[in-house]
Amino acid sequence: MTITLNVNGQNHQVDAEPDTPLLYVLRDDLELNAAKYGCGLGQCGACTIMIDGRAALSCVTPLLVAEGREITTVEGLGTIENPGPIQQAFIEKQSAQCGYCIAGMMMSAAALLKHNPKPSDDDIRSALRTNLCRCGTHMRIMAAIKRASELMEQAAVPAATNRSAG
Amino acid sequence: MDTFNKAEITRRGLLAGTGALVVSFSVANALAQQPAQPPAAPAPAKPPALPGSLNTDRFLDSWIRIDADGKITVFTGKVELGQGIRTPLIQVAAEELNVEPGDIELITADTARTPDEGFTAGSQSMQNSGTAIRNAAAQVRELLIGQAATRWNLPADQLKAEKKTIVAPDGRSIGYGELVAGEFLHVEAQPQSRLKTPDQFSVIGRDLQRVDIPGKVTGGVAYIQDLRLDGMVHARVVRPPSYSATLKTLDASAIEAMPGVISVVRDGNFLAVVAEKEYQAIKAMRALEQAAEWDEPANLPDQAILPAELVAMEGDIGTVAESGAPAFPNGPTFEATFTRPYIMHGSIGPSCGIAIMKPDGTMDVWSHTQGVFPDREAIAQMLGLPEDKVRIIHVEGSGCYGHNGADDAAADAALIAAKVPGRPIRVQWMREQEHMWEPYGPGMVTKIKASVGPDGKIDNWAYDLWSNSHGTRPGDAGSLLAGRTKGNATPLKLPKLSINPNGNGDRNADPLYAIPNRRILWHFLPDMPLRVSALRGLGAQPNVFSIESTMDELAIAAKTDPVEFRLKHLTDNRAADVVKLAAEKFGWGKNEVPRGHGVGFAFARYKNHAAYLAIALELQVEQETGRVRVIRAVSAIDSGQAVNPDGIRNQTEGGILQSISWTLYEAVTFDRTRITSTDWSSYPIMRFASVPDTVEVHIIDRPGTPFLGTGEAAQGPTSAAVANAVRNAIGKRLFDLPLTRSRVKTAIGA
Amino acid sequence: MRFLRAISILLTLAVIAAVGFLLIGWRSEIPPDNRAANAQYPPDLVAKGAQLAAVGNCIACHTEPGQEAFAGGLPVPTPFGTLYSTNITPDPETGIGRWSEAAFVRAMREGVDREGNHLYPAFPYDHFTWVTDEDNKALYAFLMTREPVKATAPANDLVFPLQFRPLLVGWNLLFLREGGMQPDTSQSEEWNRGRYLAEGLGHCGACHTPRNAFGAEDRNHHFGGGEAEGWQAYAINASSHSPVPWTVDSIAFYLRNGWHELHGVSRGPMAEVTGNLGLLPDSDIRAIATYVASVMGEPSPERKEKGERLTRSFGNGGANITTAALDENKASADLSGHPGAAIYGAACATCHESGRPQPYGGLNFSLSTAVNAPNPQNIVNVVMFGLPPGDGQPSAVMPAFGNTLNDQQVADLLGYLRARFSDQPAWTGLTDLVAKTRSGEYPVTVLASDGIERAPKNVGAKE
Repeated sequence: MTITLNVNGQNHQVDAEPDTPLLYVLRDDLELNAAKYGCGLGQCGACTIMIDGRAALSCVTPLLVAEGREITTVEGLGTIENPGPIQQAFIEKQSAQCGYCIAGMMMSAAALLKHNPKPSDDDIRSALRTNLCRCGTHMRIMAAIKRASELMEQAAVPAATNRSAG
Repeated sequence: MDTFNKAEITRRGLLAGTGALVVSFSVANALAQQPAQPPAAPAPAKPPALPGSLNTDRFLDSWIRIDADGKITVFTGKVELGQGIRTPLIQVAAEELNVEPGDIELITADTARTPDEGFTAGSQSMQNSGTAIRNAAAQVRELLIGQAATRWNLPADQLKAEKKTIVAPDGRSIGYGELVAGEFLHVEAQPQSRLKTPDQFSVIGRDLQRVDIPGKVTGGVAYIQDLRLDGMVHARVVRPPSYSATLKTLDASAIEAMPGVISVVRDGNFLAVVAEKEYQAIKAMRALEQAAEWDEPANLPDQAILPAELVAMEGDIGTVAESGAPAFPNGPTFEATFTRPYIMHGSIGPSCGIAIMKPDGTMDVWSHTQGVFPDREAIAQMLGLPEDKVRIIHVEGSGCYGHNGADDAAADAALIAAKVPGRPIRVQWMREQEHMWEPYGPGMVTKIKASVGPDGKIDNWAYDLWSNSHGTRPGDAGSLLAGRTKGNATPLKLPKLSINPNGNGDRNADPLYAIPNRRILWHFLPDMPLRVSALRGLGAQPNVFSIESTMDELAIAAKTDPVEFRLKHLTDNRAADVVKLAAEKFGWGKNEVPRGHGVGFAFARYKNHAAYLAIALELQVEQETGRVRVIRAVSAIDSGQAVNPDGIRNQTEGGILQSISWTLYEAVTFDRTRITSTDWSSYPIMRFASVPDTVEVHIIDRPGTPFLGTGEAAQGPTSAAVANAVRNAIGKRLFDLPLTRSRVKTAIGA
Repeated sequence: MRFLRAISILLTLAVIAAVGFLLIGWRSEIPPDNRAANAQYPPDLVAKGAQLAAVGNCIACHTEPGQEAFAGGLPVPTPFGTLYSTNITPDPETGIGRWSEAAFVRAMREGVDREGNHLYPAFPYDHFTWVTDEDNKALYAFLMTREPVKATAPANDLVFPLQFRPLLVGWNLLFLREGGMQPDTSQSEEWNRGRYLAEGLGHCGACHTPRNAFGAEDRNHHFGGGEAEGWQAYAINASSHSPVPWTVDSIAFYLRNGWHELHGVSRGPMAEVTGNLGLLPDSDIRAIATYVASVMGEPSPERKEKGERLTRSFGNGGANITTAALDENKASADLSGHPGAAIYGAACATCHESGRPQPYGGLNFSLSTAVNAPNPQNIVNVVMFGLPPGDGQPSAVMPAFGNTLNDQQVADLLGYLRARFSDQPAWTGLTDLVAKTRSGEYPVTVLASDGIERAPKNVGAKE
């Protein structure tokens, strides 16, 4: 089945079975690396993306419900030459150890900051309830999200710009 | 082995008679260290020990290569596990070569390109690889200077190395690349290097930003799971439902007909399916799971009485340490049994391996294994191939914290690739497979008996531990799941008891404290009903948990503050320093502890020869539910010469949080047949709700001293500090990990 | 003149009625007891009180998420406005620290606080009135030995004129039946014990019985199903909708463990109930189960037969797994064109038809009460909000699909489940219900299925 997917502001024609989880379409068909396979069960958040500006788990999102929706991945937050505020914050705070969970963390953060630009610690913990980090980078992740909030306020730039990033 | 000198002189001599001065300088030094010998000594002299891993890979160009255009490549046999090792390795090389870190490309373990440094494990990367690279870099620098000196006919000590050039006092400069020709660096290293002194450092000790993070936060190709090779196809393994299950019946015809399926692989009990697209492979795997029927013996121990089961499996007993003659005639003694269940590595990204059997009969394998060389040995043996026909390239996976499924995923891919040649086969483990098949940290039981003398110091200490070996890493085919399940299987070779300074199940079983009479025994458990291997810290976590819990109880008996009590028994100043610093930064003893809160302290020197770490923490126990939440943790660490302080902080914070999770929540669950903790719902780990408010890591830098292994230093002390703080909060001690809500609630009572 | 006379008579009558009314309802203040919070209470008594408090689930209503136990402040939405639970820690100023035992018993029996104010029946004193003196003594000892916390709940936000507490006198006259339980001698001791616990402290009917316009339980439909905190509390009488009929054994297992392989996991407020019942001895759990099972009565022969069929398929850890191809209920082929079929197959079947043992594998919908219930709210809640993970405890985890699926997609999915896995008529108004749940217009409390801990905050609907 060929369907049109809107990812990071660009339309893509994708040829895959409608029951394919969006995660595999993003990674294998569109070669977007950020969203990761962590469990496939919706328990760990490594696959988190945004659908219509809200955090969603791409490993349990079938392709067929993604048509006509706005999908945002980490690649839509900025590029390595031009990182967005969330990415800048994570680099500044060196918020990663193995880094595998970080893309999911950033998307949960993006969804949070979109609707709550100045979240409290409790707000952050609640928004990231689904995201697991085994390396124990939690403190830095929270620090990065608070820093991202500051950066966004300074620049008055929204969290996700939907710039097409490949 | 007098080829050492011969080769050096001959090759150098090739360079138009240059460099002879340099060489003889260094050779003379070397000779001066050796006992006087007649020139034609009949018995070969033993080669001198070289620093770090140079000892096993003695040629400088194994480690450092400089191209004609000045490009610098540094090779390490270690791998990036997410501990951030790439950056400090680049730092030490850049420091000694006097270049910018950005000028260096670091190649990590690849059987075709890098030295064999065994496993990246045991927190030895800086000690072994870092030391080797630093020394090699320093020696390369000196060789370059010497080369320029010869060319310009100037004394070497007038020349300086800076920014990829050698400069003369009169301003002449020549790039590194121009100095290098042919086999210039193919010389063996010297035992001594002219290392920079700490006051000269410009890169070591700096908080360099990690080189890998920008790519990881912008969707770059960073992990093995991101690799896309031409023609790559997707495979999924169907593992048996339990360890010793055997395949009874299988009709795979329906699966072979499924869309995209290329092949169903069956070899003994090894089952896998290969398909064009990833989700096709997953669906085929599920169908294959349904179609397979297995015979399953019930041969797992009874989890309800696991400690008794473990103790009953005792085999040989080895002495870990002893001094004096521990005796407990009368008087107050503390006696207790501590237990730790099997716990998981729990890598967030399930293991992945890629392999291709090429037309020329050689196999390339990509893996996130901790040891490409040992894994190659095992895979080659499994496939019946000579080792030089198999190449394993390390590509980063998610954090592994020890021996997880990485080696096995590589073996799976290799086995399938051997049967489905010509295309890269990508095997991705499912979450349940990682949970059920990764080797666990072994369940352990420890018993302790200790007494305090009239002087308020410990006088007698008897410690027994029951544990499997913590190491079943590859070396042979039987260490691989694929090797054990395929037809003509190689059984797992059960490890034997072995006691050595690095430690295993007995790691950190010998306390650093001054205790006149001690006897420490390892009751070795040879059989492994659950699959076990190395998990971060090995025996250190259960042993330090037991020892530091005991220290607190003895302190209470001696009516001494726990920190004071530890200081009384530490003769190593560096140990005392971290203890004092952690206590001071925490405000130990300064503030009243609110009701429902508890404070706890612990200390250990990892392996008794790596990093020193002390930690104080405050936690809250909810009386009605028994829920424990750590509020703040303050630690102090001494890692010797701190190359990248932020890296040390990051790793230590991480170790603290991970150890809190182990201590409060984690236990592998199983019935008599199968592992039952198969995903994050049945094996919960820490989530953001329970993360502390603050975690501090204070580094004591020791410039000029050797690097000390850091990555695992926090596991043991954190566990004990949590236990001590719970004891402080509720007035009762818990001896069995994990300190679950219901255990704490039961101890609290109504 | 006559008119004026009529008015004055009416007024007088009204005044007399009101005065008489108030006289009946008026309660005096019980003097404060300053020693109450500091007295010694025997540990056995306190332990017994802890068990009883677990049955009463006091902690759930009297604790705000993430805040200190029993300190009150939890908002309780009702059709009449929002009430806030009170601080029942033994704090002298803001809690019940100065309440004598007599004051406590009066509150439990009559719904009147120490100062003589009537309490709103959101505090189910109409059930607690059954609690014996002995049990009240233990409960009192338990509460008096809790950690005192200084906390004052926000003011209640009720529709006019319900702020006027004496009106509750009328409510009590109509709906409060005082006096203890009369044992039914035709039933076993275990049954009677179960009844005492379930109808008294357990206040099961407070959620599981529908309420009338006055917010009182409709005794004609005892255990006929109600709602709590945005969730449907299913009928637990003869109109139970569970595909496999409950038995004493299965109810006891469910109450003890919070799940059953043939019924699923407890969610929402029920998760807190089963979580707290962990403190109870098996005998009491079994007693409650015996009583509730008897209220459910014997299932009809068809229900029984269907139940046996399902048990053969799914009992024993799902010994026989049903996949989409081999189906208990309507052949899935008939419904393959249904718009919800593809969503189900892609998003749900991998867990819900995996055959993974409960409580961690998704429940096969052939067993689902939610799919068979007249009101789909529960399944809407679970699809929208999932089952959040417990805090460090093994617990069923389900991802939330609210952001993945839009309202129409949720409605399609649920329509498919209803059609395929039940014999009941289709639900109506699904998209509307989903939209109201999503927006928060219909508030839902979301809890982890290990129940006890609400940290950090409830998930609930987005504003």
